Amino acid sequence: MLKENEIKVGDTHTAVLVEDLKRTQIVQYAGASGDYNPLHTDEIFTTQVAGYPSVFAHGMLSMGLTGTMLTDYVGDGALKKYGVRFTNQVWPGDTLTGKATIIEIREEDGSKVIDLMIETTNQNDIAVITGSATATIEA
Amino acid sequence: MAIDKFLVEASHIMMFARSVGDANPIYHDEDYAKKTDLGGIIAPPTFAQSSAQFDPDYFLRPKIGGEGWFGSGKEASGAKPSKDSGGSGGGAAMGLHAEQHFEYHKPVKAGDILTATTKPGNSWEKESKRAGKLKFSESVTEYRNQDGELVITATGVGVQTERAVDS
Repeated sequence: MLKENEIKVGDTHTAVLVEDLKRTQIVQYAGASGDYNPLHTDEIFTTQVAGYPSVFAHGMLSMGLTGTMLTDYVGDGALKKYGVRFTNQVWPGDTLTGKATIIEIREEDGSKVIDLMIETTNQNDIAVITGSATATIEA
Repeated sequence: MAIDKFLVEASHIMMFARSVGDANPIYHDEDYAKKTDLGGIIAPPTFAQSSAQFDPDYFLRPKIGGEGWFGSGKEASGAKPSKDSGGSGGGAAMGLHAEQHFEYHKPVKAGDILTATTKPGNSWEKESKRAGKLKFSESVTEYRNQDGELVITATGVGVQTERAVDS
């Protein structure tokens, strides 16, 4: 868990979430999450029937990858809130970088928390996820 | 959607954590996890999404002996999915997933047995250059543990697009 005297508003944490996303990792997420929508795993259906240029990642895979960056930063069991908007699709071959920025340090229900702004971008610097989180810190 | 029994199992957590690129031992190493303040293996922050596995009616999973599947087989398109059979915590069953929000009230641990109930939230429409008319709808899912305690509130926003989105 982060300590209050070691952080300040404006601090950032960044991490490369995935390099050259493979279709197999999307399949892996489909199996673990239970979301077998063919748009994510079935290239033939997705290109020939649904009309997309290729399969694409579950939004929740991007949120999960971003969550890995987030919990690596704030620690285990520290998150109180985590929410995102899926702003662009993530395609096989994409490289994603996640960034969390501390925007406020405050008290909530008698404990110290931080509010974070979150953004995950692809290799073209286009945001695929924007969001926010709140995490408990040590006073 | 209502899920009567969402068994949170360590092996499922391990597989889920792998799929989101998370090598943190708190998700797969029980000996390590026992020594932490949390006292055992916990679920990663977006794990509640996999409650779809425990939703008997979840329509984005091929059913055994069921009505067919809309992905490719001999033909590029298989059977049409039935629209009214079961949504889930996320927005996926309502088209594309636009937003997802989680509120964590208590850590979810391996061994927990959760129930989930979903209520519809707001719905609204918007015009988009990329995908035509967009119909948004919100669903709010409450997850409770075996002691009846609220552990996670998940709000998903799904969007139905008029045509395929290419970015």
